[in-house]
Amino acid sequence: MSDNTRPLNEDDVRHVAKLARLQLKDEEIIRFTEQLRSVLDHAADVASLDLEGIAPTAHPLELSNVLRADEVTASSDRDEVLRAAPSVADHRFRVPRIVGEAP
Amino acid sequence: MSSLPEGWDMVVGLEVHTELKTATKLFCGCANNFGDEPNTNICPVCLGLPGSLPVLNEGAVEFAIRIGLALHCVVQPSSFHRKNYFYPDQPKDYQISQYDVPINGPGYLDLPDGSRVGIERAHLEEDTGKTTHVGGTGRIHGSDESLVDYNRSGVPLVEIVSGPDIRSAEQARGYAAELRSILIASGASDGRMEEGSMRVDANVSVRRGTEAPFGTRCEIKNLNSLRSVQRAVEYEALRQIAILDDGGTISQETRHWDEDAGKTQTMRSKEEAYDYRYFPEPDLVPVVPSEAFIRQIEAELPPMPAQRRRELIAHFGDAATDAQLDQANAAVELNLDPFIVGAIEKGITPALALARTANELAGLGDDAMSLPKDDYIALLKMEDAGELSATQSKKVLADLVAAGGGDPKAVAESKGFEQLDAGALDATLDEIIAANPDEWARYREGDDKLTGFFTGKVMAATQGQADGKAVNAALRQRRS
Repeated sequence: MSDNTRPLNEDDVRHVAKLARLQLKDEEIIRFTEQLRSVLDHAADVASLDLEGIAPTAHPLELSNVLRADEVTASSDRDEVLRAAPSVADHRFRVPRIVGEAP
Repeated sequence: MSSLPEGWDMVVGLEVHTELKTATKLFCGCANNFGDEPNTNICPVCLGLPGSLPVLNEGAVEFAIRIGLALHCVVQPSSFHRKNYFYPDQPKDYQISQYDVPINGPGYLDLPDGSRVGIERAHLEEDTGKTTHVGGTGRIHGSDESLVDYNRSGVPLVEIVSGPDIRSAEQARGYAAELRSILIASGASDGRMEEGSMRVDANVSVRRGTEAPFGTRCEIKNLNSLRSVQRAVEYEALRQIAILDDGGTISQETRHWDEDAGKTQTMRSKEEAYDYRYFPEPDLVPVVPSEAFIRQIEAELPPMPAQRRRELIAHFGDAATDAQLDQANAAVELNLDPFIVGAIEKGITPALALARTANELAGLGDDAMSLPKDDYIALLKMEDAGELSATQSKKVLADLVAAGGGDPKAVAESKGFEQLDAGALDATLDEIIAANPDEWARYREGDDKLTGFFTGKVMAATQGQADGKAVNAALRQRRS
């Protein structure tokens, strides 16, 4: 994937799908490879521009230092939040155990 | 310094995560409080609900800059990235962190032993929630599962990455200890390792000789105390050397330190390493601290441990013993030196202030820090004036710390601690001398080792009520 000159292939899409925990059928892999390739081709147009001496932009907005004061505001109601969870125990979210430790 | 086999060198770098002492989380106004009821400090932002937007906490930026300045870092304009991974401790499925442009660039940390360790960066990021694994045999039926509390999700962290400059397990411990003192002194963090507010990971590799290229490194996780930092680094270096000596190779991997077993174990190999797909966080704009803001924070930065050690030791002049230097280091490391300096300024004998603080007060745990300084100084004054014996003073101190303060005079009275008057001391001495005529004869002939013998007898007879100095004086007087 780091090779920018190589066209995107189906293995790249399988890898990205795995990282995103998406289970895709073979025909979906083919379709998404075509779609993603056209998106990347479109973005690649930028590479044809002469960008010598132009600094990368971190953000499209001409903004910086958007900050808030370190003051406590009301949190959400716990019961209301937990009611929306698929499974709850001891006032906590209950999830399947993930193999391995947190990264 | 190192206990590695002849010809081997270790190369260590530490990554330290520290929670900041802000009132609120990094990107929302939920309270940042350790130990609150599960899931009471949560909102759409720190739960990653669709449509919620993060807004950066000004207090966290200031604390991060304080840490950077204390570590002599370059404070610079920075931005945020998303670090993508799936794990239930992170409800958004990404962590907001700083990637290519951290708020603090290169700096350094000087250790008390005179060595210098480079700092590569100290960046802002958010903490994850807390998962508790519940076994299949637990009260929840069925297969293994985890329970998640998101109170910690979004709490501000600064990750401090050292250069690969550490060369021994002792130095690794020394670095972590000094960094912890600096974090506490800066006011940005409480440095409590047992509560997980400061967490250490170590990158360890070994090589044949100090000029050889770096070897393959392993990352060690779960170092929850200064002691485990030292033990784990030592163990890991020796493990790698044993493999290489056998003709094997080291595979790059993440390993878990098991404190009870005293071993590191494979957690995941390089092949299983995460692919985080960092990309710029579109919901946050760059942070560009003004020069005036940085200089203001710098001007308000409290004295750092190195300076405080120098100031403390200056009270002892050239007369400081090695033991006293160690006591001074320990007191500063635990942030207790203000008690010593405060007492000395009030006229307490420096050696007494140092010993009582580094030996007794330091042994009373985190509660010691919250003892009002004036109460402590009043107690030392009583001991210094001979109104309390050392034994009595230590007992009163324990009570004062447990009660969070109080009047030492009242505590001493309530315990029946009155200094033995001279008459009672004389009478006690008479009895002891009469019961131990041989020892007394030897003492009178100049055997000074027996001073301790008689002092001990007096202390036992008076249950510690006698003042050691007064006993010594009385003994010397009777001999002459």
